[in-house]
Amino acid sequence: MDLERIAQRLAGQSPLAPAAGKLHRRDFLKLSALAGGGLAVSWTALAAEEARPPAAKQTADPSAFVQINPDNTVEIRVNRLDFGQGALTALPMLLAEELDVDWSQVKASLAPAGEAYKDPVYGLQMTGGSSAVSHSWIQYREMGAATRAMLVAAAAEQWQVPVSTCTTGAGMVRSGAHKATYASLAGAAARQPVPQSVVLKSPADYKIIGKGHRRLDALDGATGKKSYGIDVRLPGMKVALVQRAPTFGGQVESFDAKRALAVKGVRDAFQVATDRGGSGVAVVADGYWPAKQARDLLQVKWRDDVGGRTNSDALLASYREAAKNPQATAISGDMRAAAGAVRRLGGEYQFPYLAHAPMEPLNATFELLPDRARVWAGSQFQTIDLGAVAQTLGLRPEQVGLITMPAGGGFGRRAVPTSDYLREGAAVAKAWRERQGAQAGPLKVVWSREDDIRGGYYRPAHLHLVDVALDAQGQVLAWDHVIVGQSLLKGTPFEAFLVKDGIDGTMTEGVAGSAYALPMRLRITHPEVPVPVLWWRSVGHTHTAFVMETMVDEIARAAGTDPVAWRLARFDAKKHARHIAALRLAVEKSGYGKPLPDGHAWGVAVHESFGSVVAYVVDASVVAGRPKLHRVTAGVHANRVVNPTAAEAQIQGAAIFGLAMTLPGFEITLQDGVVQQSQFTDYPPPRITDAPAVAVHFVPSSDPPTGLGEPGVPAIAPAIANAIAALTGKRLRKLPFDLPVA
Amino acid sequence: MVQNMTTLHINGEALEVDADPSTPILWALRDNLGMTGTKFGCGVAACGACTVLINGQPARSCVTPIAAAVGQKITTIEAGAGGRVGKALQAAWVARDVAQCGYCQSGQIMSAIGLLESNKRPSDADIDAAMAGNLCRCGTYERIRAAIHDAARALA
Repeated sequence: MDLERIAQRLAGQSPLAPAAGKLHRRDFLKLSALAGGGLAVSWTALAAEEARPPAAKQTADPSAFVQINPDNTVEIRVNRLDFGQGALTALPMLLAEELDVDWSQVKASLAPAGEAYKDPVYGLQMTGGSSAVSHSWIQYREMGAATRAMLVAAAAEQWQVPVSTCTTGAGMVRSGAHKATYASLAGAAARQPVPQSVVLKSPADYKIIGKGHRRLDALDGATGKKSYGIDVRLPGMKVALVQRAPTFGGQVESFDAKRALAVKGVRDAFQVATDRGGSGVAVVADGYWPAKQARDLLQVKWRDDVGGRTNSDALLASYREAAKNPQATAISGDMRAAAGAVRRLGGEYQFPYLAHAPMEPLNATFELLPDRARVWAGSQFQTIDLGAVAQTLGLRPEQVGLITMPAGGGFGRRAVPTSDYLREGAAVAKAWRERQGAQAGPLKVVWSREDDIRGGYYRPAHLHLVDVALDAQGQVLAWDHVIVGQSLLKGTPFEAFLVKDGIDGTMTEGVAGSAYALPMRLRITHPEVPVPVLWWRSVGHTHTAFVMETMVDEIARAAGTDPVAWRLARFDAKKHARHIAALRLAVEKSGYGKPLPDGHAWGVAVHESFGSVVAYVVDASVVAGRPKLHRVTAGVHANRVVNPTAAEAQIQGAAIFGLAMTLPGFEITLQDGVVQQSQFTDYPPPRITDAPAVAVHFVPSSDPPTGLGEPGVPAIAPAIANAIAALTGKRLRKLPFDLPVA
Repeated sequence: MVQNMTTLHINGEALEVDADPSTPILWALRDNLGMTGTKFGCGVAACGACTVLINGQPARSCVTPIAAAVGQKITTIEAGAGGRVGKALQAAWVARDVAQCGYCQSGQIMSAIGLLESNKRPSDADIDAAMAGNLCRCGTYERIRAAIHDAARALA
């Protein structure tokens, strides 16, 4: 696997894409006839195939990507998690386009963990870094094209006509008076040699790519039939909840489960190892409700000599202190020009810890047999998670099957380098089996909402200190920037690649590499804090875009320049042509600058992440101390858009996701190591009453697709802050906003 | 083991549930009856993912004990399309491609049924008021609003 590429990509840097043009040499396609007349097309990493001992070869093909059924329907496997971003639909669109089938013939499912399903760029099966379409852009189209070529070759051979006389469409091959369905050709196609290279369609011939398509599971979703990890039901299955320590890494001193065990339907209670060297008490019951009732009745005495003791107020004070003496220099700009400043702008920015809080609470289901195990989970990191579960269970990875379940959101929380909740769940299942022997059936380990909000793995808290020196004309002489915050990657397998010279690139991205060509010094400190942290949809850009886009707005206004004009003047016409196009599009479509109702103001921000540029123009006001968005216009440059329906949804949703950061109460705080929030009541995400109409406009492009899942998040909060500053004259430097209610 | 049977009327059927009377309808549906279309999101009536209809009114099944539902008519997403309003909403939901992850959508649709049963042509403000109890972390609110308007028009 290529951890460096993964790390960079997850961090929203360098939009990597695999080389186009021909099938990857290390890979080959395998076609096999299905009983009953269908065809299965697999894509196998050759090296892995050879390395696999013959005894381990499985009869059922574990690596199929596409299957042509006897009824001429086509089933396409998606080697990603779908948790709302739309990979389940977009990837089949790529394959179906080149296979030349009608979209109504297409069905899709999520692939389980498997060697063949590793990301062709990362070399690891995972979903992250807004990469599903960009990394599959070549692979899925090539699989479709190669399969089509073999079906055509089979037809030409059967009809004794040249291949060049054959045409395809809607799952049929035709030549003169001949015609045949793909299904009827499947057996013969499986005997054809695999083409060494394929010619992909000209975009002018696209019938599926670029046209809006609804999610393939839209009907199941609207009728309650769609099954998520938490819906897994197996014969004899029990449900477990874990009482974790009130502090991260806390441990059980003793516990009394007498009252818990008296609850009807409760089967067992026992101590288990939890994340970060901690311990807790697991309760196993017939269902969630008795398990929850029983857990609430546990009497646990926690050790008082272990576990974090973080206080948010003290943490802020320590970050302020740390900012005075930064540990490392990321950009060593010369700050001497600041001496000639006639004006200084800037100040201290504060960002809190943030929980991901996906709608579906974390869960995983385990079935343990003497020499193997199966796990059902909405995993974003199949390869890593499968390895972690195998290790916890004392099995080899090939003895564990991981079934990828659709997830009810994730936003990063299901992509954990330490596999925290899967390791813990596996430990509970293992202990349950050791205590019950062969009687122990499958076990579903479920987190309550309180467990989720208190469970750590937060977007880290940050403090930025910015000091900008301006000359008499308002030009930037020097930009001195300090960031203090925990490293996301320290202690993970990605550390070696993205933590360089003591600097975690996931914290500086978005300031480092700014499109504004500023005379900058950037210094950082990564404090050690006993609070687990993790990427949160759009990673470092969640805070860096806010600082950069509010600061440049402030500088522009200080110079008496329109903030849009200021930005456009700074962008390099060539290097930042996509920034310019996205911003111009948003401005033009929004009516920016026109008079607004009293109490409203325009706000603008633009930011690049994950290879895409998103600009927002907002019409905002403040209502009873709460930011209110009336209308949002997005200009997006994400190169070629594969599925406009889903792409629009990603930007609309990301705007709401980013809006959350500004709303009162949306922060995680700690007192004496204990997280103070626990529910949607005291950690309240936006509701429909907060949701504006978001008009999304894409800059037309024929370049290979870039990310869409995350890039819509970073620019919304600064656009709102800029509108409020225009309205009130007050710069907002603390998230969530602290606005007077009057 | 002493059995503790409660009879619930769900989607037109009388179903026996062996669970403590304090058990919320949500868990009787999901764990006892295997009806997993109704979702668990918070357990404290703060997110609406568990919304069902009780006698036609939207209710949070995660905080409503089965003891309180005896003799009442419970409707879940599995039967949501049984009625004219439910069918129109589900069709509008698909046509507008409302769902992203989809996890909250059962509850959203059940709340929307409650709204359209009592208000045939809701305004945006009516929709916001009726749907404010249903969270969506993917942020599908704009399409939810549009789909409810579409369904209302289709039913007119």
